[in-house]
Amino acid sequence: MNATQPAALALIGVSKCFGSTTALDDVSLYVGKGRVHALLGENGAGKTTLMHVAFGMVRPDAGTVQLHGRPVSIRRPADAIAVGLGMVHQHFTLVPAMTVAENLALGGRGRLRRHDMMATVRLIADLTGFALDPSAPIETLSVGAQQRVEIAKALVNRATVLVLDEPTAVLAPAETEELLQWIRRFADAGNSVVLITHKLTEALFVADDVTVLRRGRVVHTGLAATASAQSITAAMIGRDRAAVSPHAAATRPVFAPTPVLAAYGITVRDERGSVRLRGATLAVCAGEIVGVAGVEGAGHRELLRALAGRCAVTSGHLDCPARLGFVPEDRHRDAVLLDRSLTENVALRDAGYRRGRLRWNTLRRRTQSLMQEFDVRAPAPTVPMRTLSGGNQQKLVLAREMAETGASAAPSPFDDAPSALIVENPTRGLDVRATAEVHTRLRAARDRGTAIVLYSSDLDEVLALANRVFIAYAGALREVPTDREAIGRAMLGLD
Amino acid sequence: MRRELGATLRSILFVGAVIALILAAITFLLLLGGFDVGRALGALWLGSVGSWYALTSATLVRAIPLMLTGCAIAVAFRAGVFNIGAEGQLLAGGAAAAAVALAIPNAGWLALALALITGALAGGGWATIAAVLRERFGVLEVISTIMLNFVALYAVSYLVRGPLQEPTHAYPQSSSIADAVHLARIPGAGRLHLGIVIALVVTIAAGWILRRTAGGFRLMAVGESPSAAASAGLIDVRRVTASAFVVSGALAGLAGAVEVLGVTYALYEDISPGYGYTAIAVALLAGLDPWRVILTALLFGALEAGAGAMQRDAGVPSTLVAVIEALLILAVVAAQALRVRRGRGFTGSGDAFPATAT
Repeated sequence: MNATQPAALALIGVSKCFGSTTALDDVSLYVGKGRVHALLGENGAGKTTLMHVAFGMVRPDAGTVQLHGRPVSIRRPADAIAVGLGMVHQHFTLVPAMTVAENLALGGRGRLRRHDMMATVRLIADLTGFALDPSAPIETLSVGAQQRVEIAKALVNRATVLVLDEPTAVLAPAETEELLQWIRRFADAGNSVVLITHKLTEALFVADDVTVLRRGRVVHTGLAATASAQSITAAMIGRDRAAVSPHAAATRPVFAPTPVLAAYGITVRDERGSVRLRGATLAVCAGEIVGVAGVEGAGHRELLRALAGRCAVTSGHLDCPARLGFVPEDRHRDAVLLDRSLTENVALRDAGYRRGRLRWNTLRRRTQSLMQEFDVRAPAPTVPMRTLSGGNQQKLVLAREMAETGASAAPSPFDDAPSALIVENPTRGLDVRATAEVHTRLRAARDRGTAIVLYSSDLDEVLALANRVFIAYAGALREVPTDREAIGRAMLGLD
Repeated sequence: MRRELGATLRSILFVGAVIALILAAITFLLLLGGFDVGRALGALWLGSVGSWYALTSATLVRAIPLMLTGCAIAVAFRAGVFNIGAEGQLLAGGAAAAAVALAIPNAGWLALALALITGALAGGGWATIAAVLRERFGVLEVISTIMLNFVALYAVSYLVRGPLQEPTHAYPQSSSIADAVHLARIPGAGRLHLGIVIALVVTIAAGWILRRTAGGFRLMAVGESPSAAASAGLIDVRRVTASAFVVSGALAGLAGAVEVLGVTYALYEDISPGYGYTAIAVALLAGLDPWRVILTALLFGALEAGAGAMQRDAGVPSTLVAVIEALLILAVVAAQALRVRRGRGFTGSGDAFPATAT
């Protein structure tokens, strides 16, 4: 970058905490005029949060934003748009039932003239070279075309700095190539682009500069031309912290190698019918933790839900115990009733199968003992779930899901069943202490003979816990050696 | 148990505060309209709880359908089903009960039981239309149930001018139901009939089921968070919401049957002065708890009875009380919105959902 020319977009010393987790820690990013700047990092590294700061969607605890050398105050997206910043979000923000022209006119002021709307679309089409049909409803367009409309929407407001958040995640290879070429041309015309991605090959293909974030810190920044795939992979996954898994393989007790949990060639489709997971095969034995890793949308989410019986399988065969524990990553959405008592949250397990009266006294005593066993810090089983810290909520969920017998006083028919546990980002949002406690619980369960499947977006966590590792990439699942380098490369699709 | 007593005490205090608020609002509106405040409030008092006759024949008689429909709303809303169609379901139940009672006038208590059951089934059936529309096609139940209220009203209007009209064809109403098929009046309590027993038993049972059974817990869990209910509880969310919808309709249908068999003794268009709508306020004010519905139904029963007396004796239009009721709904909804914003969830008057596990 030319030192005499101020950066088109500069974020200087940005920090942001969400509760006890630090999302961004003194992050600086300089995006030059006429350049494509790739922002890389694993899930949860802070890439999107950083750009949300630039776009006024997240207020930083510290740090400033400058455009072309001038400090700007961006308090809401409208401010960002006014100073020439455009953002294409990972999840589209188009109105499906409205036409291309109408979507582009959204956010405008004053009278809406059909003629003006059409002219705008043509102008954008000329500017970008996109073929846009102004009167086509969004819902009739392909995903790639919708993406182009998203970009057009950012450009309607004359953005000169464009932020693209994972723009290729939903695109087919040919569309990806087209988009990357367009990004290049757009930058060459004197604009600037920030490209958020976890796909290394794309970044190196199109970017001039590369910045790598890891756990909210900048771990690498420099010219793309001088960076190698290897050095960037190392920066992304943090080679320096290899010594975090003393427990994993070393203390593995011996159990009979009969699979407790197995999937044979399962395929899972989403609601729209497109394949998210194809022919995945996986067997988990008693007393082992199988780690699963993969970038967003690689199919691990569907794999875990299929194994847990939470989503339907289109083909293939599943062999799962009747009772298994499932700890989903979105605790508030999928695991707990925030406004209900801890007892009611414990009762939620198997609520679908219970009959007749619920014995609240028994359930309350049981919750009390689970709280003791798992060190859940709460005044009583009667307080609402919401009043607990994230760590304590998660411990209660783990306690509930790990418990072998149901909450009823009667002995459970499942007492002798092999136990299985499926956990997804089990320490998301937890502080160091709570994370360590959760890890201890998982290891203890493994040592008692539980078959565990663990997905984590944090490679360190996978490496610290897993005996074996599977990688999901573009809907395919395969086993890789439990080696940081091998895992990182497989996740990024480099092999 | 202590906690439950405490909760009950708190809700009684809450109702007391609500009554004070209502009286203040009525006074204000009376002053605004230039009415004789003393005379009007006197009429309100005498017409609702000021005498044994008013209490039993006016207030309690009106509280019966409010209890049953309030309970219907509570069950539906608890499950996240916004059934605004209690009025239509009540009419369907009333019409069906009248048809059965008129068809077998000589079967005595058997006919009575059959009429009540048919009324409940008809209400449930009427709600099933909206339930199917919701589960199968994603039609918003708020819209469909309101529309079905009008359909039910016009259907009754047709029935009392067609198939069910009395033999002389002079009036738009059915023949009178035989004495043997009436819900008997309670001796010494004016027009108060056995429907009060039905309403109390049903409402208490519904509260017990919601608190103490697995089915009630599923209902609550689904209403609270469908995603957590499905994922963590492996609950069939659609099945739970559909059954809540149908049960809610059945309760409203029973209210219609009880009204026809205990009060009107015939089917006509105006068997309900909007009980199904008032029920929404009754249920919301009760925090969607059937046990507290008993209290709020009594309150609204008294208000409606008193409104009639104010109109008769003090010339105050009874719509004034309708205004108060609407204000009350707004107040309750606003209070809930505030609670939600303060992060305490969608509950009614007191603490979190009345003490299942607490």
